[in-house]
Amino acid sequence: MILDILIWVALAVGLAFNALGVVGILRFPDVYTRLHADTKCTTFGSIFTSLAIVLYAAGEYRQAPEGQYLTLALHTVLAVVVLAFTNATSAHAIARAAHKRGHKPAQAVCDRLEESAP
Amino acid sequence: MTRWIFTALVLVALMLLAMVRLFKGPTAADRVVALDAINTLVVAAMIVLAVVFRQFIFVDVAIIYALLAFVGTLYIAKYLGGEL
Amino acid sequence: MLSFIVTALFSGAVYLLLTAGSGPVLRLWSSQELLVAVVVAVAVGFVARQYFASARRRAASNPLRWLQAVAYVVGPFFAEMAKANLDVAYRVITGRIRPGIVRVKTGMQTDMGTLLMANSITLTPGTLTVNVDEESNDLFIHMINVPAGTEARETIEVRELFALFDCPRWVRRIAE
Repeated sequence: MILDILIWVALAVGLAFNALGVVGILRFPDVYTRLHADTKCTTFGSIFTSLAIVLYAAGEYRQAPEGQYLTLALHTVLAVVVLAFTNATSAHAIARAAHKRGHKPAQAVCDRLEESAP
Repeated sequence: MTRWIFTALVLVALMLLAMVRLFKGPTAADRVVALDAINTLVVAAMIVLAVVFRQFIFVDVAIIYALLAFVGTLYIAKYLGGEL
Repeated sequence: MLSFIVTALFSGAVYLLLTAGSGPVLRLWSSQELLVAVVVAVAVGFVARQYFASARRRAASNPLRWLQAVAYVVGPFFAEMAKANLDVAYRVITGRIRPGIVRVKTGMQTDMGTLLMANSITLTPGTLTVNVDEESNDLFIHMINVPAGTEARETIEVRELFALFDCPRWVRRIAE
């Protein structure tokens, strides 16, 4: 019962953050700010939807201790770790490529990288 | 069971929304950002669908998908940066 | 030899993690999977030993540091990440942004430390790593909301970016 409520809460938080990330991609003015919305919000949202899956697997395992639920939980955790690490790195790669390509940050108050470039 | 199907449907709807940016995006970099977001959402949706269809092997597919999408994004970024 | 053992142990652990729940040994693994785990561990350890744990980066293969890394990720890092997400959510809804690229002094000595710091910065406080200065390991960071007065300064300290915990100290303990 409590587990059901927890699963609902985790799903709601996850979907809300995923939605905010997508809205941010549509709303923000330039590449860098869109990357902010993308990496932070969709990673966080996916962590919470996966947390709901882990909770579900824990609940099922308590009712019927079968190996498959353990597999589900462990693999979900592994997928989340992979997702968090690769998302941060690919955000870095995209930002670097965009700056090399000459995209200026919109509405920027300062750009130290532009000044330090040879 | 309904809650998982609902979650998967919402995730698919979000992917369609992100595709607006994928098609509209003024520059190539914007499109890559949208693609990256869609990849993350696909991984999340695959994990949820593993529970919907009770095929837990889908989670392994999601892990591999995340890793390969990462390599793909890195290559597109390298190409955009003019290093390829 | 030490790098071989470390790499083999790590790959064996990952294999066992992936196949947990397959059989009756310790209620987790089947005996075939354990046998394959040993074969995979030896093969991967032999092939990847100088990439994973070379003598230069011996410190990074200390298991105590991995435990610290896990503690860092579930503790301070997750708290900072939650705060950063609430901040970005607020900016998505209101559209109140003041972006800019600033130069941040990390004080990290090794590549591993810089990598971990850059990834922490990207996922945490309203900041996004754009580039790395190879010589001084300084990071160029796109901030979604540059605090008033910061844009005039040449470099800023990495400690100022994190509000709740001293994340740079954690990273230094893990990776250096």
